[in-house]
Amino acid sequence: MPDKVSIRDVYGAALKKLGEQEERVVVLEADVGGSTKSAVFGKAFPDRYFNVGIAELNMAAMAAGFAYAGKIPFVNTFSVFLTTRASDPISSMIAYDHLNVKLCGAYSGLSDAYDGASHHGIFDLAYVRSLPGMTVLSVCDPVETEKAVFAAAEIEGPVYLRLSRAEAPKLYPENMVFTPGKGILLREGADVSILATGLMVHHALEAANRLQAEGISARVVDLHTIQPVDRELVLESAEKTGCVVTAEEHSIRGGLGSAVAEVLAQGRPTIQEFVGLDSYTESGAYGTLLSAYHLDAQTIAEKARIAVQRKKP
Amino acid sequence: MYHATDQRDQELGTLCRTMRVELIELLHQIQTGHPGGSLSCCEILTTLYFDCMNVRPEQPDWDDRDRFVLSKGHAAPMLYLTLAHRGFFPMEWLPTLRQYGSRLQGHPCAHKTPGIDCSTGPLGLGLSAALGMALAGRLNGQDYTTWVLLGDGEIQEGGVWEAAMSARKFNPGRLVAILDHNGVQLDGTNAEVMPIDRIAERWQAFGWEVFPCDGHSIPELRETLARAKASDSPALVIAGTVKGKGVSFMEGQSAWHGKPVSKEDCHRALQELGVDHNAG
Repeated sequence: MPDKVSIRDVYGAALKKLGEQEERVVVLEADVGGSTKSAVFGKAFPDRYFNVGIAELNMAAMAAGFAYAGKIPFVNTFSVFLTTRASDPISSMIAYDHLNVKLCGAYSGLSDAYDGASHHGIFDLAYVRSLPGMTVLSVCDPVETEKAVFAAAEIEGPVYLRLSRAEAPKLYPENMVFTPGKGILLREGADVSILATGLMVHHALEAANRLQAEGISARVVDLHTIQPVDRELVLESAEKTGCVVTAEEHSIRGGLGSAVAEVLAQGRPTIQEFVGLDSYTESGAYGTLLSAYHLDAQTIAEKARIAVQRKKP
Repeated sequence: MYHATDQRDQELGTLCRTMRVELIELLHQIQTGHPGGSLSCCEILTTLYFDCMNVRPEQPDWDDRDRFVLSKGHAAPMLYLTLAHRGFFPMEWLPTLRQYGSRLQGHPCAHKTPGIDCSTGPLGLGLSAALGMALAGRLNGQDYTTWVLLGDGEIQEGGVWEAAMSARKFNPGRLVAILDHNGVQLDGTNAEVMPIDRIAERWQAFGWEVFPCDGHSIPELRETLARAKASDSPALVIAGTVKGKGVSFMEGQSAWHGKPVSKEDCHRALQELGVDHNAG
């Protein structure tokens, strides 16, 4: 197993690097800068760092104000609070006026494991994906994380960047090309396509290895952009393998699985199995929770077998 | 004694009367919209746009302009009248207010209407957005002032106090909030719905400098807004107003927060405002 790297440390460093290159970047934080690592930017650029305290709604509406006046605000807190406490200005100002605000949802999925259900970010995608014009990014490794920070700043308009508290192995080379809206084919396969996002990409690759040992050939795709989802790649995968499994650290309603199902329903009705959450969660060790809630390679492989089975007449 | 400012006050007073008439006619014509809170902020908006704010109607996105946020977004009809009279867009747009396809939405929309600096509608967000604008101006070394108009019912929203705290901490300068204190909200008086008494002390406790004034007196508003702008602290002008001001049967009546104006009510209102509805 390759060494794991902290996604949030990479995020903090990338934000600082971006700040060096782009004067218009300002960073807002709601008293979790030591956790999200936005504080790394704050230490380098105290004049452009605004810690508003525990006031997420005010933070997002202030960010709107910065953007109305030409700044590029990066807004930081845990994904669960960003998409609930601050949802009003995110919808009524940031998305409505297509403002150049970057919403960075830290600690997504079950990654704030021990803090329990109140801190697990498992409904965020359903909300941000419903907002017209919102680009939704969800990254899986350190290289992709850094690239996504810079890509978000390049996009003219609102972006939601979904981040994890967890560590992840390095999957991509430093020179990988990250293009928002274009998924990445990680492994070719003929029997089933596993379409994954965020840290579930690693579990998807492991599942593909297991399936190969049983003679099932699995295609694996990293869908790092959930909105706009890579329609071409989703349809191509369905065409080539005849069935798909979606895998995400999120509710099975409203996230990646739903985005893929919407594409397939219109473009090529296809057998689909969903790996994701269907209940509230509990406290526990991160690894324990992933197994307990069936967010692992074993479950992905099992759903892949079911999907392949369903293809047979 | 006769001063140039006296003449200016008379001109703006006449403009306010004209806009009240046009507001009643407009809201009667479209049978939707909020008369009460529009009438209460007529002098405030007039003083801002005609005497205080540094704007270029022919160049609404001018980078160094003063910003204005109508946090009490339901007063949009009076803001649209003010912007039209100031030359931001043609008067002919006004009858399209709230109709499908119009550039004049029911609540202010920054991407549709020239002169609107911030979209509002959900209450309690405007002060935060204004603070962001003011801080951006400071970072850029720009000299503009950011003005924001709050409703008094609106300050029941918790987000207003989050913003009030942040304004004190970041203290951008050139941030002036104006409270349209008419004492009445949709369901009744402030006191009935949710008391907001000792407003000045509350804001002072949050580190703001507070400037009370008569919100229907243009000379008083002009002088008070100038003093507030010069403050080193975040500044709140508490403008004492009357909801429905200028139309006796609307004054102080929560029922007129968002009630359509009937033909008969329109006629009565215009008579009170000195217009003979049957003439012409």
